[in-house]
Amino acid sequence: MSEAQVGFIKSRLAIAASALLILGALPASASLGGDTASIEADQVHLQGTRTTKAGESYTVHEIQAGNGTAVREYVSPEGKVFAIGWNGPWMPDLRQVLGGFFEQYRTALQAQSGPRIVRRPVAIQQPGLVVQVGGHIRAFSGRAYVPDMLPSGVRAEEIQ
Amino acid sequence: MRNIRIILCVTACFACTFLIGCGGSSGGSTPANVITTTGSNVAPISVNGGPEGDYADAAFISLTVCVPGTSTCQTVDDVLVDTGSYGLRILSSALTVALPQQKSADGNPVAECLTFLGSYTWGPVQTADVKISGEEASSMPLQVLSDSDFRAPEGCTSSGYPSADTVETLGANGILGVGLFAQDCGSPCPASYNQYFECPSSGCVNIPGSGEPLDQQVVNPVALFATDNNGVIVELPGVSTGGEASLSGSLVFGIGTQSNNALGAAKVYAAPEAAFTTTFDNGTYPQSFIDSGSNALFFENATGIAECGSDASGFYCPAAPVSLSATNEASGVSGAVNFTITDAQAIFNANDFAGDLGGLPIGGSTNYFDWGLPFFFGRNVYVAIDGASTSGGTGPFWAY
Repeated sequence: MSEAQVGFIKSRLAIAASALLILGALPASASLGGDTASIEADQVHLQGTRTTKAGESYTVHEIQAGNGTAVREYVSPEGKVFAIGWNGPWMPDLRQVLGGFFEQYRTALQAQSGPRIVRRPVAIQQPGLVVQVGGHIRAFSGRAYVPDMLPSGVRAEEIQ
Repeated sequence: MRNIRIILCVTACFACTFLIGCGGSSGGSTPANVITTTGSNVAPISVNGGPEGDYADAAFISLTVCVPGTSTCQTVDDVLVDTGSYGLRILSSALTVALPQQKSADGNPVAECLTFLGSYTWGPVQTADVKISGEEASSMPLQVLSDSDFRAPEGCTSSGYPSADTVETLGANGILGVGLFAQDCGSPCPASYNQYFECPSSGCVNIPGSGEPLDQQVVNPVALFATDNNGVIVELPGVSTGGEASLSGSLVFGIGTQSNNALGAAKVYAAPEAAFTTTFDNGTYPQSFIDSGSNALFFENATGIAECGSDASGFYCPAAPVSLSATNEASGVSGAVNFTITDAQAIFNANDFAGDLGGLPIGGSTNYFDWGLPFFFGRNVYVAIDGASTSGGTGPFWAY
């Protein structure tokens, strides 16, 4: 964000920040980093149907949302959601499915604006969080994961 | 940013002397494409860095916006030409005429949220007569980009993306979406899409039921033209390896409707789902697309092209230009595309705004090859609107 713009929308940013603080105080419905129960909260929020597929290193819960977008939540043997993948015509509600990680993601995104305009895939690569989004209007895909939570032997490319 | 603009003034004049006759590196050894410059259905476009001088591989156009049915008009310059979206969006800050606000069935002002890659646009839907070259779309809904008219609801901000509602964040004064579809949502356009909202004083909420009616949606102006309304041709010259400070070309309206917009030898690639299949380096990408609004070719780095450092993160920076080939296929029609990727950092450092940029298609399931603006260099690209009859068949299709 440019300095000029910061001044321009400072007051609105303050409003947005306080709104987010209130949101942050809501009961934890975190999916990424959360437990299996949090997936149920996501399913309700996304108005979707859910199918589950168990694998060797993890279980995948796929929520087919009402807007046509599929969200897949990857659960470790310890019962924690360590990654989320999605694809479909509309972006999923990342505030919901990233849960407690949403602010970290959003802050990193806002800090990304560089010296030139780019219309390209989005990537956040931090020690505690990786988020990658690609595609185009009506066809988005992406993944988010916590590197430290990946079960051993699981590659990031498996998260779809 | 400002330094770049000053340098651009110098290099732009230098470029004029060698622009004509440059071989299109994207076009390989094929003859240079012919660019139409005259006709009531032809508008000039340029790849020049945009209003802020910081936007490489993006094409811009000027258009006229009028209060419907009046001669109260203004010109809006530096509007991005985007074959990857549908409908016209203009920054509130770039508008000097007051346009009428669209109202919902309940009598509330209508506003729209549209998520692009990396940003979203938000603001009221208003109505205008829009003129480009000799063409006009009357009483056309468009999106006015502004965060301050109405507050964006949570359903609009859940991508986490920043809003593009200033010239600094958009890199343009607006977006002219001339892609494969007429309207930007389709029917139905239910609440779960979080795209159209009505805004009583208590705050913006999703339009209920089947959502915003089709004929009220933000629309590709071409579809509303009286003639030449079945699609567009984007015509840009080739670039020399290493890049150009700027390029000049044309946006031609209509396909096979005038003597200057015949399909000629262009091959038609049907795109019923706004996608075709690209095969590249043993990979198959069934959700591939052509998009003048992507400012590079974005594709899987299967060939091990060097990636840029943090200053140009996500782009490719090969030490020497890399020549590659892919195949596009749709409904039994296929053809090879030869293309070149050059060092993005060198292009940026040279303040060139047209170059063979490439980058990574980051995302969960990388099932696409994004043929961004470099694909258009040295190639006339036809975009036929969904359901429209053309000399090459019924849209939606791309042809080149």
